Amino acid sequence: MYVPIGVSWGLILSALILWSLLAFASLFIPKVPRIAPLIFPLGALGALGVAVAGLLALHGPPVATVSPLGLPGLPFHGRLDALSGLFLVLFGLTTVAISLDLTGYRAREHYPVAARIGVQYHILLVSLTLVFVAADAYSFLIAWEAMALSSYLLVVTDHRTSAARRAGFLYILIEHIGALAIVAAFAILIAQTPVGTPLSYTFTALQARHPDPTIAGLVFLLAFFGFGAKAGLVPLHVWLPQAHPVAPSPISALLSSVLLKAGIYGLLRVAFIVLPTPAPWWGLTVLTVGLLTALLGALSSAVQSDMKRLLAYSSVENIGLITAAIGLALLFSAYGLKALAALALIAALYHCLNHAFFKGLLFLGTGSVLHATGERNLGRLGGLIHRMPKTALLMLIGTLAIAGVPPLNGFVSEWLTLQSFLKATALPRPYLAMGIPLGAALIALVAGLAGYVMVKFYGIVFLGRPREAGLAHAVESGPFERAGLGLLALLCLALGLWPAGVIALIRPAARLLTGADAPITVGYAGARVGVAHAGYAPVVLWVAFGVIACTAILMLRARSGRAARRATVWNCGHPLVGARMQDTAEGFGQPIRNIFTAFLAVRRRLPAPDDLTPRYGSVVEDRFWENLYRPAARGFETIFIWTAALRPRRIAISLMFVLATLIVLLALAP
Amino acid sequence: MTPWSSPIDLLAALFLLVAFAMLSQRRLANLITLYAWQGTILTFSIAIVAYATDSAHLYASALLTGLLKILLVPALLRRLARRLDVQWDRESLVQIPTVMLIGLGLVIFAFNAALPIAAAGHIANHAIVGIALASVLLSLLMMILRATALSQVIGFLALENSLIFVATSVTYGMPMVIEFGIALDVIVGIFILGVFFFHIREQFDSLDINHIERRED
Repeated sequence: MYVPIGVSWGLILSALILWSLLAFASLFIPKVPRIAPLIFPLGALGALGVAVAGLLALHGPPVATVSPLGLPGLPFHGRLDALSGLFLVLFGLTTVAISLDLTGYRAREHYPVAARIGVQYHILLVSLTLVFVAADAYSFLIAWEAMALSSYLLVVTDHRTSAARRAGFLYILIEHIGALAIVAAFAILIAQTPVGTPLSYTFTALQARHPDPTIAGLVFLLAFFGFGAKAGLVPLHVWLPQAHPVAPSPISALLSSVLLKAGIYGLLRVAFIVLPTPAPWWGLTVLTVGLLTALLGALSSAVQSDMKRLLAYSSVENIGLITAAIGLALLFSAYGLKALAALALIAALYHCLNHAFFKGLLFLGTGSVLHATGERNLGRLGGLIHRMPKTALLMLIGTLAIAGVPPLNGFVSEWLTLQSFLKATALPRPYLAMGIPLGAALIALVAGLAGYVMVKFYGIVFLGRPREAGLAHAVESGPFERAGLGLLALLCLALGLWPAGVIALIRPAARLLTGADAPITVGYAGARVGVAHAGYAPVVLWVAFGVIACTAILMLRARSGRAARRATVWNCGHPLVGARMQDTAEGFGQPIRNIFTAFLAVRRRLPAPDDLTPRYGSVVEDRFWENLYRPAARGFETIFIWTAALRPRRIAISLMFVLATLIVLLALAP
Repeated sequence: MTPWSSPIDLLAALFLLVAFAMLSQRRLANLITLYAWQGTILTFSIAIVAYATDSAHLYASALLTGLLKILLVPALLRRLARRLDVQWDRESLVQIPTVMLIGLGLVIFAFNAALPIAAAGHIANHAIVGIALASVLLSLLMMILRATALSQVIGFLALENSLIFVATSVTYGMPMVIEFGIALDVIVGIFILGVFFFHIREQFDSLDINHIERRED
């Protein structure tokens, strides 16, 4: 039977088939090295197809499909709507860049490692696509678990080091706890099916359940917990700073850019589409957790001295901002302010896109630095702008974007988030109307801290003088890596300079979730965005910047009247200034470490006064380790010891327990 | 269903009888033969239910059960016993009369426990549920009383037989997918256990559970 499936499904299916074939072909890389250079570029091609399919789905009507795969009577349902489309665009574009980067990465890795990455990476891509298009709880969960397992295997690519194994275990543990919560959420919702109707697992059927407020609240909490574990919300964010440093850099980029967004996608799908109108406390919970996550992420990233840990905490911060905006949207829709909810959602989704692109850029760039120098520790880097000028330029765009500097993309979404926070005065409850705009202050603080972190990151890695002699041998990244970086940098510029176009893309998704249009006006030939009394036009801003800069230069020239003269550098009175005397990452983070002691657990090591070889050190840790995770681990250990004491030594006695249990249960049965 | 309930009753009674025989059998080779007989009874009862309800998937199920439990699994077990050279070892059991008495007690208990289940099901004859339940309990009892690993495994397989018997006689079979799944599990299980036995014997010089338990302390 011929069923027309349309262009977008055709593209997605061919990408899925292509990726599956590539995963299979990667197995043979060690045997047939000739195929190796083809694997990842072809993967990029598939990702491009998925991005195009997402773009088509954003504006077309939702297209549903039923796949012949699955258990008998339980087929896989797929559905392409605006929300799926938006995340497919995000996923596809980021993956094109990551696959290009992996092409270069593969060329310098050993064949077995490249083969392993090739297999798991393409399986991960397939399962991520399925997560975004699944339309029933059953296939969604299968794709979700496949995604978790394949990403776990990628995290432990370097499984010979114990750090990687421990980080991988922490990741899979938190992932499993989250997945259990998601399963429970869906199970409770499915159990609401009235007696007599056949059980159906599709999201449309679950949407029609209309559970009572208590059940809906419970389902929402479980889903928030489960998806929050994936997205990295406090206090379940601890796996991020462990897993990112040990994974290969392109994989870190994929984890941070796309996998965290899968959690956001699930939250949006369940909270706005599957569940009925939210209660106000849902929004407040999400908002509080989001703001807390953003603040903690920003503070923690300010005190890190490992490049990838710093970026991982920065991801936590960005996810916090996105979640806070989602919480605001839930709050607005709880009080029926649909248009404002759409505004907050546009801010959140815009930031999702932004974060995917600039964080992908930064992680891939970090990978290039790591390859060139073999060093992740900020204390041993420096002055790389001279050795890797092109990478440095592209990374500069990424750092400016993440710091929220106009006219790049980070500014637009943060501005929209602030605008929607200020619009909270429209809420009908006085406490909320007065309290929530204060959240804007917190957002501003987080944005400021993000800027601080990025000055530290870029300044220490690329500026100044090399802190180690070995850095003189650093080499510029290869053409494939630069292509990936360049694509993401271009996207950052485009999203910053053309916000009206991006908002036009996101609008259908926000409309699907809230049922209303956001009060955003678009003007000046598509380059100006306005929300009620405020407006932002990047091109005008840029032109103004340029005019001011040129005038300032010209005025200075005119006043000084002389050409520049050269003189010896004044050395501040220090006769010997070495590269090691430059400001360090620890020194840069010191004020934050001291001001925000309440949020961070700092262990300092101070030598005794009579120590002849004094060594100073400080370790910064999440407070959650000492206050939540270690006590929990000790508690579980105690329970296990008790259980082990109950265990009989003889197998026959264990079996007797089984028989006795069975008999007791049968005897008790009514 | 009515004209076919008496042959099923007969098979159920035979099933219980075999369960008791397995409980008291000391030689491993005979135990395997009894297991094959149990499989034969099971196959016939599934076939009869299939004929009575005229359902194609139960025929397939009967075929699968027959192939697996009359031919394949006993053959695998025999080969395993021969290669381990334990076919004619005499197992030390608790006194057989005592075992029989405990078994009788379990059967009486099972019949009482089965009354509400049978009332809820759509089955004409309440006794079948009781018999099936009793066989489950007897297989468990057999696993408890056996001292060697291989006969414990046979006890486990007998337990699985009894469960299938309950399923077919009370609800006319499980969905095909689940039956395929169970069949696959049984085969894979036997292979894995076979490998394990060789390892156990290499490690402890015996398949006697007592040796393993003592080492563990």
